[in-house]
Amino acid sequence: MPEKYHIKTRPVPPRGPRIGKHGVVDWREDCARCHNCVKKACVYDRYRQEAEYIRNLSAVEALFFECMGCFSCVQDCTKGLLCLSINPVYEGLGNSYWKPDLIKTTWLQAETAKIPVSGAGYRGLFSGPGFDSMWTDMSEIVRPTRDGIHGREYISTAVDIGRKPPFLALDGRRVTTELPPLVSIPMPLILDLSSPAHTLPQLDAVIEQTAAATGLIAILDARHQPASEKHLRHIAFCLGPDSPAVPAEVLRKTRLVEIVDSPAVIERIKAIKKIHPQIVVAIRVELTAAGLRRAIELAELPEVEAIHVVADANGNEIGAPSPRFVKDMLREIHTALIEKGIRDEITLIAGGGIGLPEHLAKAIICGADLVSINLPLLIALECHLCESCKPGQPCPAKLEPLDRDFAVGRMTNLIAAWHDQLIEVMGAMGMREARRLRGDVGRAMFFEQLEEETFGKLYGTRKKH
Amino acid sequence: MAPERSIEELLPENTLKTRVAQEQVERVTRPAPSRFRNEIAKYIVHRSQDCRRCGKCAEVCSYQVHARNPGFKYFGEPLHHLCIGPACEKTGHYCVALCPQGALQVRENPMCQALGDCRWSSDLILATWKMAETGEVPPADYDYDYECGRSGGGFDRLRFKFPARPPAALRPEQIDTSLLLNKRDDGRPKLTIDVPWYGGGMSFGSVSNVTQLSKARAAVAFNTFTCTGEGGYMERMRPYDDHVITQVATGLFGVREETIQRVPIVEFKYAQGAKPGLGGHLLGDKVTLSVARMREAVVGFSLFSPFPFHSVYSIEDHMKHIDWVKHVNRRALISTKVSTPTDVDMVAVGSYSAGTHIVHIDGGYGGTGAAPDIAKKNIAMPIEYAIGKVHRFLADEGVRDKVVLIASGGIRSAYDVAKAIALGADGAVVGTAELVALGCVRCSRCESGRGCPRGIATTDSELCEKMQIDWGTQRLVNLYSAWRDVLVSILQRLGLRSVSELRGRTDLMMHLDYTNDLGGTS
Repeated sequence: MPEKYHIKTRPVPPRGPRIGKHGVVDWREDCARCHNCVKKACVYDRYRQEAEYIRNLSAVEALFFECMGCFSCVQDCTKGLLCLSINPVYEGLGNSYWKPDLIKTTWLQAETAKIPVSGAGYRGLFSGPGFDSMWTDMSEIVRPTRDGIHGREYISTAVDIGRKPPFLALDGRRVTTELPPLVSIPMPLILDLSSPAHTLPQLDAVIEQTAAATGLIAILDARHQPASEKHLRHIAFCLGPDSPAVPAEVLRKTRLVEIVDSPAVIERIKAIKKIHPQIVVAIRVELTAAGLRRAIELAELPEVEAIHVVADANGNEIGAPSPRFVKDMLREIHTALIEKGIRDEITLIAGGGIGLPEHLAKAIICGADLVSINLPLLIALECHLCESCKPGQPCPAKLEPLDRDFAVGRMTNLIAAWHDQLIEVMGAMGMREARRLRGDVGRAMFFEQLEEETFGKLYGTRKKH
Repeated sequence: MAPERSIEELLPENTLKTRVAQEQVERVTRPAPSRFRNEIAKYIVHRSQDCRRCGKCAEVCSYQVHARNPGFKYFGEPLHHLCIGPACEKTGHYCVALCPQGALQVRENPMCQALGDCRWSSDLILATWKMAETGEVPPADYDYDYECGRSGGGFDRLRFKFPARPPAALRPEQIDTSLLLNKRDDGRPKLTIDVPWYGGGMSFGSVSNVTQLSKARAAVAFNTFTCTGEGGYMERMRPYDDHVITQVATGLFGVREETIQRVPIVEFKYAQGAKPGLGGHLLGDKVTLSVARMREAVVGFSLFSPFPFHSVYSIEDHMKHIDWVKHVNRRALISTKVSTPTDVDMVAVGSYSAGTHIVHIDGGYGGTGAAPDIAKKNIAMPIEYAIGKVHRFLADEGVRDKVVLIASGGIRSAYDVAKAIALGADGAVVGTAELVALGCVRCSRCESGRGCPRGIATTDSELCEKMQIDWGTQRLVNLYSAWRDVLVSILQRLGLRSVSELRGRTDLMMHLDYTNDLGGTS
């Protein structure tokens, strides 16, 4: 049995007050000062904490919004002076894809490294666009069991990056096929280049350290100066058309490199392989309409080992008036590669729109071998995705200066929580191997299909919205 | 058909000896106002300082919103939750318009935005509270949209196609809402419940004993069932044994042969809709002394029910389990609770062939005391898809009338019960709706720290005191009564004499997102 993958975590609380969903509005002027004040009875002790917070406040930075929304004080106040409201700051977080609840749950995971657990049932929409239009399957009677989730039975989340031979040639008991290099990482996740719109000083250094702490690989700009030589195993330099050349002695210590797609991409692969034959080269392809076709074409070339397809931050096709979503594009690429009989030979990395651990699992089900993320890592640092970042201007959410321990701790916690949730989902599906989850759409249910089977047969054609 | 035998004949000797007298609970609706001082209302009435206390508002209001206690000079705080809002203007009794001083204002309560969610809209919660308070269907004046939530799919987009005029000859008292739970001719009791739903499994530990007992007593009043969940069988439940389903789940917490012998139905829980494939999880904070005793565990330690049953990896293994329970309790009916994977139809038929009487499918959007958020949203299909799939497959296999199909996981109202039945279920299991009737606001904090701050899903002794059994029972009796009225009204408007006639009648519904040109039949 391979060594069990374990990420060391520790609680990393936020630097300022948490931005919660609910807050209590208190009309104090009518207060009767009664002895049985409901504020003393708060099960979560929030009023005392709020008073303490205000007492210790040096400057008014943010209101205290950690109410749990139980309405108990509101409903019991003798004079009915308390009202529950939704925090406008909470409502203003993120955008239409990176919604406030996504940001809040990411913060929680970055703080605690725990799987978010709550009571009562699901609260959201029946289904939605993108990844919300599919459900993962489960099995009533399967192994691995819940024990697997807790470690007694091993559920492997390891995946390999690289080209795999379609078959092995044997001479007696000796394998005669020349085996291409493979990079194994313990989880189907790569830390992607930070988006140019959200750059922070030291962010790449933090991501580098996080990759080393979690055993994963970070894709970093070719100009990045690694903090430690030991980290080079966890760095994949991204070589754009204008990137400076990475010194050969540095490149030789890395396992993976990424090249931005260009007409000369094959020559560049050959040049890199000349320096370091055991390196795996991934080609970064933007998911435009042409990019999708290009990814399929590239997969057919024998020099290509891995393709990293990247949609926009919200998972949409880039530059299309009616964009397709990354999950649908992945299914298209995956199916095309199956039809060409080369799916198992190539590694497909998918990026863009991966915001939650279920997106990771669903993207793999739709055909990716592994996924790449960048924005969730930034959100882990308490970014609000306010989109007001300006080069040279301080971050509106005051992420700077970035404390290294804090930032690495938060990102590591988030990855650990995602890993645990991936195992939960795989456990429910009865999957022991993340490798086997790839493209297994039989382990998922799709909204369009279920609707057609259930209601389409009864009620005709589904209207377009 | 095998002759039916009496309970005494079927009960094992030891159960007969330990059996306690069964309590009766009246099926009477009585007002059961909120146990909180300030009920949350859809509209709020504001009385300004211009009020001259003339009493005109109290005189004109048909809903007793304005109350001045005898001997008092000033009016008390308006009873906001009784106000029907600006729609009152049409009645000619609108206090705002008739106040000589213009001192009154009525507006929507902004706090409703913080109440509820897509599945349980604030209107649905407020309407459930109203039903639990009065035992009646909320008058149309209140304008509660309690027919569905705002999740944008499934039940929330299905509507009944009511004829313009219901058949005049059909009176509500002629309509039969009962459900037979044993359709096998196996000599076991032909249990019938008076309403086509029963209470879902909530373990002692996940909810308080007051909640469990209130549920049990309401089940007695309506001749239906409640379920112990997987957390042991409280001795205080014994006077209601005849209306209790005990659960045998993977952790086998508190399961003894003696507890299996007490009840008319034993439920095997393979999975739960909210966390399918993940087993159960009671966080350490809720494992208090009493919970630990009941479950034979250690105080403060989290308790896991593994997934799946380690002794069941095939239908044959499942049959072995069923045979064991049938042998231990010769009068018991067997229910098998499963989640809703793609092959739920095959699982249902397999369960039938193993000897189950009731196939209980629990959809992905069901309630829970604690579940990973990732599981609640993403694993297994919503119940709306599963019901028809299972119903059709059972019919195709020729066993549809030999087994009872019960649906749960997102059944929030009597409308949802009716829609589930029209999709093909025989009946439904309800859980969250009962808790909402007891005052739950769906804050989702059932699992943290001391548990539910509203005193419903907690075992903290101080929090448990927030609710009394009599009050809880009455709220649930009221809710059930109002639900039954809604169900009867639906059946009457559709011209159906019994709830069994509604089963599988997809042709009586339409889907708002479809062209509806196929008539609702495949």
